[in-house]
Amino acid sequence: MILELIPSTLRMATPLGFAALGGIYSERAGVINLALEGMMLIGAFGYVIGAQASGSVWIGLLVGTGFALTLALLHAVATVTFHAEQIVTGIGINILALGITEYLLPTTEQVGGLPHWKVPFIGSYSFVVYLLPVLMVASHVLLFKTPWGLRLRAAGESTEALAALSLSRAKWQYIGVMLSGILAGIGGCFLASEVHYFTKGMTAGRGYLALAAVIFGNWHPLSGIAACFLFGFATALELANRWNIPVQLLNSLPYILTMVVLAGLVGTSRPPASLGRMKS
Amino acid sequence: MFASLLRNRTSQAKHLFVNLIPSVLALAGFFLLCGLVLQVRGQDPLEFYSIILVSGFASFDDFGYVLFNATPLIFTGLAVAIGYKSGLFNIGCEGQLYIAAFAAAWIGIHLNLPTFLLIPFCIGGAMIAGAGWGAIPGLLKARYGAHEVINTIMMNFIAFALMNYLVTSVYQEPGQMIPQTQQIHEAAQLPRLASFLPVLPRSNPLNVSCLLACACAVCCYIFLTYTRWGYELRLVGNARDAAAYGGINPGTVTIWVMALSGAVAGLAGVAEVMGYRHRFLDNFSSGWGFTGIAVALLGRNNPFGILAAAILFGSLNKVALDIDILLGVPRGLFLAGQGMLIIWLVSIESISQKFFDHSRGVKRGD
Repeated sequence: MILELIPSTLRMATPLGFAALGGIYSERAGVINLALEGMMLIGAFGYVIGAQASGSVWIGLLVGTGFALTLALLHAVATVTFHAEQIVTGIGINILALGITEYLLPTTEQVGGLPHWKVPFIGSYSFVVYLLPVLMVASHVLLFKTPWGLRLRAAGESTEALAALSLSRAKWQYIGVMLSGILAGIGGCFLASEVHYFTKGMTAGRGYLALAAVIFGNWHPLSGIAACFLFGFATALELANRWNIPVQLLNSLPYILTMVVLAGLVGTSRPPASLGRMKS
Repeated sequence: MFASLLRNRTSQAKHLFVNLIPSVLALAGFFLLCGLVLQVRGQDPLEFYSIILVSGFASFDDFGYVLFNATPLIFTGLAVAIGYKSGLFNIGCEGQLYIAAFAAAWIGIHLNLPTFLLIPFCIGGAMIAGAGWGAIPGLLKARYGAHEVINTIMMNFIAFALMNYLVTSVYQEPGQMIPQTQQIHEAAQLPRLASFLPVLPRSNPLNVSCLLACACAVCCYIFLTYTRWGYELRLVGNARDAAAYGGINPGTVTIWVMALSGAVAGLAGVAEVMGYRHRFLDNFSSGWGFTGIAVALLGRNNPFGILAAAILFGSLNKVALDIDILLGVPRGLFLAGQGMLIIWLVSIESISQKFFDHSRGVKRGD
């Protein structure tokens, strides 16, 4: 019973996982990123536009990621350079992405999916699905075992430490936000590659759900991705609903759980100390 | 004494001027961007600008539509501003207005009372429902320190799911496939202004909820500027520690401010259910809660500024429809422009603040 839910769980969790990893990089560097939703959406849009124009899914992946990276750059310029309110900027970017994709809405001509890899005992999935656990472990090592990760995290935790080493906080924040753009963009590309076309607002709140996973996973790559799989499983359950549980309850379960965790009622969730604080 | 009064006046004028800079610059950028996009499309931007001027203000009928579009945005803009003045971000207006709209519809369907009782009951019930939905993130913030932004976002999605459940499984209009409730009693319906104002044609949807919105803006202004609670609210927003030192409990203020903000956002749901559609339809709001953020920013969180900003957005919504029909430009252009407008507003605000503090020799920070 659980076994047959694995394929849809993987498909649901993968785009969430990429966006959540992106969110972790950005927020660990101290920049709140509500723009994940918009970055995913424009990633999906870019994938379809690129693949339709060139006929190659790789160009689609490149264009989608590039578009998301551009939005991330906009977020970084506004928040890191101009010290604009990060929450508002993020919402602005989401509205911008919704508008751009509606204005330039691509045709419903189908595009190819990203290549599937067949792995014994697991099955045949898009290679992006296999990439996620690799990136998850790599991110964990990078963030917590290397000097590079220490500096990125210092940008979000203690600005004094960075200043004492005469390192630029802005540089690390740019890196964090841009990485979030690339990762969320790939998540969006995957989403579009699975359904083969683009529809208006097709991310349907997945960016916010990814953000919930970041918080639920306490800003850690391993637990953050685990949260994505949990949320993906909840979504898969609603597809294979056999017990007459209202779908809407399963739908809102991730949000309720996140609120419970954030309140510290079960477990703890502690954001980076300087998250969202620009003035040092 | 006179000199000091005069100085006070000029400093007030300067303050107003500084306050308006971001709005004016961002709006100029918005119109330039739209014109530029049209130029790229090979259309005449001047034609577009003339449509903007004419579309919403050519006749009473047109202006009625503008005010009709502006009504929910006035409420959500005010709701965002109430939170913002107290240092709280209410991103949950969208969820709050849905919950409130459903409460209004439920009361309007199930209570059979005369108009003078039913309308206050519906509005009151809706405000209480919105306030309750808004108070939860406030409570979680005050009690557990959980960030209200995340919680209001989560509660938006929970509200969408709850509404979808109620309107497809429990309260769906019998014999219909559309996810909507049945009509509310006629006694609960707010009359259209066309029934008193002969200048408006019968088809114009402008209704009493618009007057309610204007009254609400005035009430908010008085509340925020002249009452003790308004003072407490602003003090907690500006100097939390000072407020605590002065005997105000910031936690309590956080809870009631979020509740108040939710109640005002809920009135946008009232405008929809009691003023226009006379039933609850799933997904009726086209992002009013989020546009409210733009409206509050553009109006500089001042109730009268919000009124003006909401009317501007109301006319832009109408223009968006007109250029779609007349010039074949998709509505998405304005949505994208609105996103850029928000980003510019907060960026310019932050830059100009730094600039003016610098020129006065004040060092901000800590």
